[in-house]
Amino acid sequence: MRELLIGNHALARGAWEAGVRVAAAYPGTPSTEIIEALARYPEVYAEWAPNEKVALEVAIGASIGGARSLAAMKHVGVNVAADPLMTLAYTGVNAGLVLVSADDPGLFSSQNEQDNRFYARMAQIPCLEPADSQEVKDMVMQAFNLSEEFDTPVILRLTTRIAHSYSLVELGDRQEVPLKSYVKQPAKYVMLPAFGKARHVVVEERCLKLAAYAETAPLNRVEWADRRVGIITAGIAYQYVKEALPGVSVLKLGLTYPLPEKLICDFVKAVKTCYVVEELEPFLEDQIRAWGLGVIGKELVPREDELSSAIVARTVGSQVAAVAPELVAPDLTAVALPGMRAPGGQRAGEGPVPDARETTTAAPAELPGRPPLMCPGCPHRGVFYVLKKLRLVVAGDIGCYTLGATPPLQAMDSCICMGASLGVAMGLEKARGADFARRVVGVIGDSTFLHSGMTGLLDMVYNGGTGTLIILDNSTTAMTGHQDHPGTGYTASHQPAPKVDLEQIARALGVHRVQVVDSYNLETLERAIQEETAAREPSVIIARRPCALLKKEKEAVYAVSPANCLSCRYCLDLGCPAISFSDGHGVIDPVLCNGCGLCTQVCPGEAIRKAGEEDE
Amino acid sequence: MKKMSNDVLNVLLVGVGGQGTILAGRVLSRAAISLGGEVKVSDIHGMAQRGGSVVTQVRFGPRVYAPVIAPGTADFLVAFEKLEARRWLPYLKAGGCLIVNDQEMPPLPVLTGAATYPADLVAVMGKLVQNLVVLDALDLARRAGNVKTVNMVLMGALARRLSISREAWEEALAASVPERFLEVNKKAFNLGWEQ
Repeated sequence: MRELLIGNHALARGAWEAGVRVAAAYPGTPSTEIIEALARYPEVYAEWAPNEKVALEVAIGASIGGARSLAAMKHVGVNVAADPLMTLAYTGVNAGLVLVSADDPGLFSSQNEQDNRFYARMAQIPCLEPADSQEVKDMVMQAFNLSEEFDTPVILRLTTRIAHSYSLVELGDRQEVPLKSYVKQPAKYVMLPAFGKARHVVVEERCLKLAAYAETAPLNRVEWADRRVGIITAGIAYQYVKEALPGVSVLKLGLTYPLPEKLICDFVKAVKTCYVVEELEPFLEDQIRAWGLGVIGKELVPREDELSSAIVARTVGSQVAAVAPELVAPDLTAVALPGMRAPGGQRAGEGPVPDARETTTAAPAELPGRPPLMCPGCPHRGVFYVLKKLRLVVAGDIGCYTLGATPPLQAMDSCICMGASLGVAMGLEKARGADFARRVVGVIGDSTFLHSGMTGLLDMVYNGGTGTLIILDNSTTAMTGHQDHPGTGYTASHQPAPKVDLEQIARALGVHRVQVVDSYNLETLERAIQEETAAREPSVIIARRPCALLKKEKEAVYAVSPANCLSCRYCLDLGCPAISFSDGHGVIDPVLCNGCGLCTQVCPGEAIRKAGEEDE
Repeated sequence: MKKMSNDVLNVLLVGVGGQGTILAGRVLSRAAISLGGEVKVSDIHGMAQRGGSVVTQVRFGPRVYAPVIAPGTADFLVAFEKLEARRWLPYLKAGGCLIVNDQEMPPLPVLTGAATYPADLVAVMGKLVQNLVVLDALDLARRAGNVKTVNMVLMGALARRLSISREAWEEALAASVPERFLEVNKKAFNLGWEQ
C-alpha cells in the first residue's frame, strides 16, 4: 500500500517497522511530527523530554537496556544534546540507537542554518541522508541495522524539505525485535578516563570499518549517464540535480559519513568534469578535495540558504550548458531568481538582456511584505506592548514571542538560543552595573524556561544578579504546534501527568520576589514590571494566559464606535491583525477579533466596546 | 534528452496563514494519486505560518524529483488572496493559469499605515496573464454555508481545469475533511467547479 507521507511521518513509520521501542524528543521545527506520530503507535513508548539532552540520554539508557531507541531533534537541538552524543560515540550501543537531526537550511523557523553533518564527523559516527519520504523510511531501518552491526549510534539527517515534504511511501509491517539482554559492561559504558582511552581506539577502528563498508553499501549508488559531466550529491540536493541536469552521471551518497574513498575516486576519474552539489557547507567537497581530487563545488553553489532546482540550473547548469546544453533542463535556466547572484557577479535580472517573462511578471519590489505575526488575542502582545512603553532592554528567547522583536512592537534586544534570556540579562548587568539592570528584563516562554531557563535563573540567584525574568506562560509549546511539556499536565501520548508549578520552581531556585499576573491586563502588567525591575534582587513575573489558539469558545468581539474615535491610532501600536484604520477611525475585523480586550485598554477615547454595545 | 518538467504538472497554492492552503494541498495531492504517477507536496510550517505569506507546492506526473516548484514553471497558480497572487506571479510559467480569489487581506504593514495595499491588482495581473480566472471565493464559501470553505471553492475551480476524475476528488475530500464538515465542503467545491 502506498501512502503520501511527510518525511517525518515516514520516519516514524520506518522506526515503528524497525521495531523501535523507546523514542524521545523536544519539539522543534522541522522535527516535531516524528514524536507526535510515534506516540500514536501502541508498541512504542514516546515522550516529550524537557530538552534534547535529556531526550538523547533517555534513548541511550533504552539502548543500553536492550531496546531499539530513537531521539529526534532540530539541528540546534543537537547542540544541546552534543554532550551525551560525543561520549555515546565512544560507548556505542547495545540495541540500535538512531539520532534524527532535522536541519533547517533556509531558516524557515530557526535562528541559524548550521550543517549538522559535521557532528557525525566530530563524533566519528555514520550519517545517513535520505532524499525523499520513501528513502527516509528505508534508511531508518538501515540505520538501526548499521547501529547494531557496527556498535555505533547513527545520525539520520533530514532537512526541512525532506522532513516536511510529502511523497509516496510503500508501507510495511512491524518487525518485532526482541529486547537484547542487559549485561553490565563498565569498560564499555562507564567512561572513566582509562575506559574512555580504550574506547577511543575502538571508535577509530570502527570508523575504518565503516569507511570500508561504505565502498559497497547500497546506500550509495552511481547513476551513469553522459560521462562528460559527473555530479556527487546527497539528500534533497539529489532531487534538484536530477531536475536541473537530467542528462548527467550522478553519484548519489546516502551514507555521507564516512565517505567511500575508492568509489568517489573512481567516479571522479570516470567523468570529464565533476561537480559536488550539496546544501549548506562543503562537507563532502572538503573531504573529496583532501584526497587530491579536482572537483567544482562551492565556488558555484551557494553555502547560504536552501538550494533549488533553479539555483542548481543557474550555477552548475549554466557551466554545463556551455559544453553540453542538452544535459540541462532548458525551462529552469531561462528563469532569473529574485535576489540571487548569477554567475559572473551580476545579480540575477541585472544582466544586459533580462528574461522577457521576468520583466513582465517579477513581483514589484514595493509590494508590502506579509511577515509572520502574533495571532489576534495572543497573550504575548500585551507584555511586549508594556515593555516597549517602558523602553526596557529585553533579553529574549526562542518561541512565538520572538515575534515581539518585529514591528510595531520591536521590544526585543537579543535572541540567541533556547534559555539564553537569563544568562544574557545577567551578563548585561555584570557588564554595565546594577543601575543598568533596572532597565533590563529577560523574557522566556514556559516551555523554554523548563527546557533550559532554570539554570540561568539559578546563576542569577547564586551570583548576586538583580534582574527580572518574565515567564510568558501560555501553558503550551505554541510555536511548534502546541506540544505538551512538564507544565501542562499531559504527556506526549495525552495521558495525565504531574504538572510542575513555575512559581514553586522560581522560589526553590532562591527567588523571593515572584508575581503572577494576567497577560491581558496592561495596568497590572506595567505595575508588576515597574516594581520588579526597581527591586535590587532577582525577581520573576509569570504572565499567564493560555495560547489564544487553544481557546475553545470564542469570546465576544470588540468594535470601534466611530463617533468616539479620536483618530489617535494608539490601537494600531498593538500590532493586532484584527485592527486597521480607515475613513478616519479604527476598524476591528469581527472575524479576526479574539475578544482579548487589549485595545480597549489602550484607547484614550473609550471608543472600543464589545460589539453591539458601541453605540450606547 | 527528455525535458523532465514537461511531464510534471506544477500547482502552487498561495495565501495567508490560516486560510486553509495546507488542507487544499492535501485534497489536491490525494486526488492526484489517482493518476497513478508520483506526487510530491511541500508546505511551510512553524514561524512562517503565523499569519504570514504561505505557500503549498504540489507536483505530480510520471516521475517527480524536487518537491518544490521553480520560478516560471507553475502550470497553475491558485491564489487565496490578491496580494499573494501578485507576490507569487513570477512562479507562473508563460501561458500558465492564474486562479485568484478576489479578496483583500491587508498585511500588518498596511494595517499600521507603514505601507499601502496596491490598487487594481486584478487589472494589473490581467495585463500580465492571459489565462486568468477571478472569483469571489469568500462569497461562494458563504453561500456554501461556511466562510472557511474558501479553500474548497478554489479547489473546485482548479479541479475543472485538471484531468483528475470527479470521483477521485470526492474520495480525496472525504479522506481529508472531518465527516461533519464534508457536506459543506462538497458544496463549496461544487460552487467553485461551476466558476
